[in-house]
Amino acid sequence: MEKLNNQQIIEALQKAFGEHAIYGIGESHGILQVTTHVDQIVPMMHFLYADPILKFQFLTDLAGIHFPEAKGQELGVVYHLHSLENNVRLWIKAYAPIEAPNFPTLTGLYAAANWMEREAFDFYGIIFEGHPNLIRILNVDDMDYHPMRKEYPLEDATRHDKIDEMFGR
Amino acid sequence: MSEIALVNSPNVGLDKTQKGGPYVNDLSTLNLGPTHPATHGIFQNILTMDGETIVDAEQTVGYIHRAFEKIAERRPFYQITTLTDRMNYCSSPINNMGWHLTVEKLLGIEVPKRAQYIRVIMMELARLADHIVCNSILAVDTGALTGFLYVYQWREHIYEIYEELCGARLTTNMGRFGGMERDLSKVAIEKIHVLLAGLPKGLKEFEGLVMRNRIFMDRTQNVGAISAERALNYGFTGPNLRAAGVDYDVRSLNPYSSYEDFEFDVPVGTKGDTYDRFLVREEEMWQSLRIIQQAMDNLPEGPYHADAPRYYLPPKEEVYKNMEALIYHFKIVMGEIDAPVGEVYQSVEGGNGELGFYLVSDGGRTPYRLKFRRPGFIYYQAFPEMIKGSSLSDAIVTMSSMNVIAGELDT
Repeated sequence: MEKLNNQQIIEALQKAFGEHAIYGIGESHGILQVTTHVDQIVPMMHFLYADPILKFQFLTDLAGIHFPEAKGQELGVVYHLHSLENNVRLWIKAYAPIEAPNFPTLTGLYAAANWMEREAFDFYGIIFEGHPNLIRILNVDDMDYHPMRKEYPLEDATRHDKIDEMFGR
Repeated sequence: MSEIALVNSPNVGLDKTQKGGPYVNDLSTLNLGPTHPATHGIFQNILTMDGETIVDAEQTVGYIHRAFEKIAERRPFYQITTLTDRMNYCSSPINNMGWHLTVEKLLGIEVPKRAQYIRVIMMELARLADHIVCNSILAVDTGALTGFLYVYQWREHIYEIYEELCGARLTTNMGRFGGMERDLSKVAIEKIHVLLAGLPKGLKEFEGLVMRNRIFMDRTQNVGAISAERALNYGFTGPNLRAAGVDYDVRSLNPYSSYEDFEFDVPVGTKGDTYDRFLVREEEMWQSLRIIQQAMDNLPEGPYHADAPRYYLPPKEEVYKNMEALIYHFKIVMGEIDAPVGEVYQSVEGGNGELGFYLVSDGGRTPYRLKFRRPGFIYYQAFPEMIKGSSLSDAIVTMSSMNVIAGELDT
C-alpha cells in the first residue's frame, strides 16, 4: 500500500468540509498542520477517526497555547493525532478568544482526552464544553488563576534581588 | 463480564433485604494514599469498596507537580535537560536524549554516527534499569522478595555506567545538543561488557523464580486486563499497550538515533493483563541486551559530537587559550543564542511508552511553549476502569505493573 501523504489528507478534509473549513495549512518536519474553526472540531475529528483510509484513531496529545497578541484568538488548542496504521501524524489547531475560550470536548471519541483537557483547563483556563469532570488536575483546587497564561511571570513578583537580564533568564 | 456488569450497576450494595443484616453490602470509602508503601510514589486513590471489591476509584494527582512547562518557558534550551531528568527518573537518559533530539531537529544538527550509537546504548541501559525496577518490584508486591535482589545489583551496575559517562546516577543530565559530552571511557566499555555477560544470568535466575511461579501467576493472570481497543482509546503506549496486543513501538515505527540499524523484536501480549505486562517487559529486557550487544560490536569510529560551535560547549582548555572558544562558551552558558523559529514534535520510546516533546519556538532563547507528552500521565487515567470489580490487592498489583512514575505523571 502506498503511504498516505499529506496532500491526500488536505484533499480529503477539503472535500468533506469545504475549501474554507481549514486554513493555515503547513508542514513542519513532515507533520501536516491545519487550523480550523472551533465548531468544526468535533465533526472533523469524527471524520478523521472513521474514514477507512485516514484512520486517525490515536490521540497522542493535546496542548493548550496562549498568544496574548493575537486579538480574538488568544487561546489555542493543538490536537496531535496519529494514524498508527499509516504512520502519519497530524496537528489540528483551533483558536478562541480569551473572553470565551470555549472548545468542545473530545472525551466522547477519545477516552484519553479526559485528563488532557483537564490539564489544558487547569493551565490555560480553556473550557471544554461537555467534559464530564472539568476540574483542576495538577494544581491545587483553590488556585484562582491559570498559571501557564503568558501574563503570569515565573518569579515571585515581590522579589527585587533577581534581575532577569543579569541572570540570563 | 457478568461480574463486572453487576458491580457497575448502581444498585449494588444498596440491597438491604439480603441475608446477613443491613450493613453487609454497604459501600465503604477507602483512602489509598497519598503516601502508601505499596503505591511507590505519591498517588491518591479514593476507592469505593463493597467489602473486598472495588466499585469505583477516584484519582487525585499532582502531589509533586513542579510546573516544568512553565519553568521551561524561561530557561535557555540546555537548562531544560535537567528538568527532563526529573520526569521518569527511573530512565532519565531516555528523557535527556528525547529532549536533545527535539532541539537538534529544531536546530538542524546532524549527530555523528558514533554519538548516535552511544545514545542508543545509554537509552537501552536506561530501559533495562526501568524494566528491572518495574518487574522486580511487581514481584515484591506479590510477596516475592528474593528475585528482586538478584536483578537489582544490575541496576546498580547500570548506574555505575551512567556515572562513568556523565558523573551522575539518577538525574543524569546526559549528552549535549549535538552528541555526548564525552566519549565512552575504557572503564565504561569494560562495565558494559561485564553487564552483557552477567545480566543474562541474573535475569534467568529472576525469571526462574518468578515467571512460572504458581503464586505469581495466580496473582497476576487476568488481573487488571484491558483490551487493545480500550488501550488505544486511552492513549496507551509502550509495554502496557504492547501487552494488550498492539505492536506500536516508536523505535521501530519512527526510528530515531539510528535505531533502524539494529535488529530487535517487538514483543506483544494477548490479554493486556498484569502477567502480560510483566512478560512484555521481561522480553524487552532481552531485546535491549541484544541492541546493546549490536551497538557495542558495530560501534563506529569518529567524533562523539557534532561540529556545532554555536550550541556545543568547546573543550575547556580551548576556552582558556582561544578567544572564539571563550566567546562561544560564554554565549552558550548564558543562554544568549537564539533558536530558529519553528514547531517540532519528537517522540522517543521511553520506559513507559511514547515520550513526546512538542516545542514551539518563536526565535527566542527559550521555548515559547513546551509540552511534554508523558506516557504515564495519559495511561494512568485508565486505572479505575482496569481495577473496577477486582480486589484491593489486585489493584496494587495492577498499579505496580503499569509502572506509573509520580515524577512523570505530575511533571
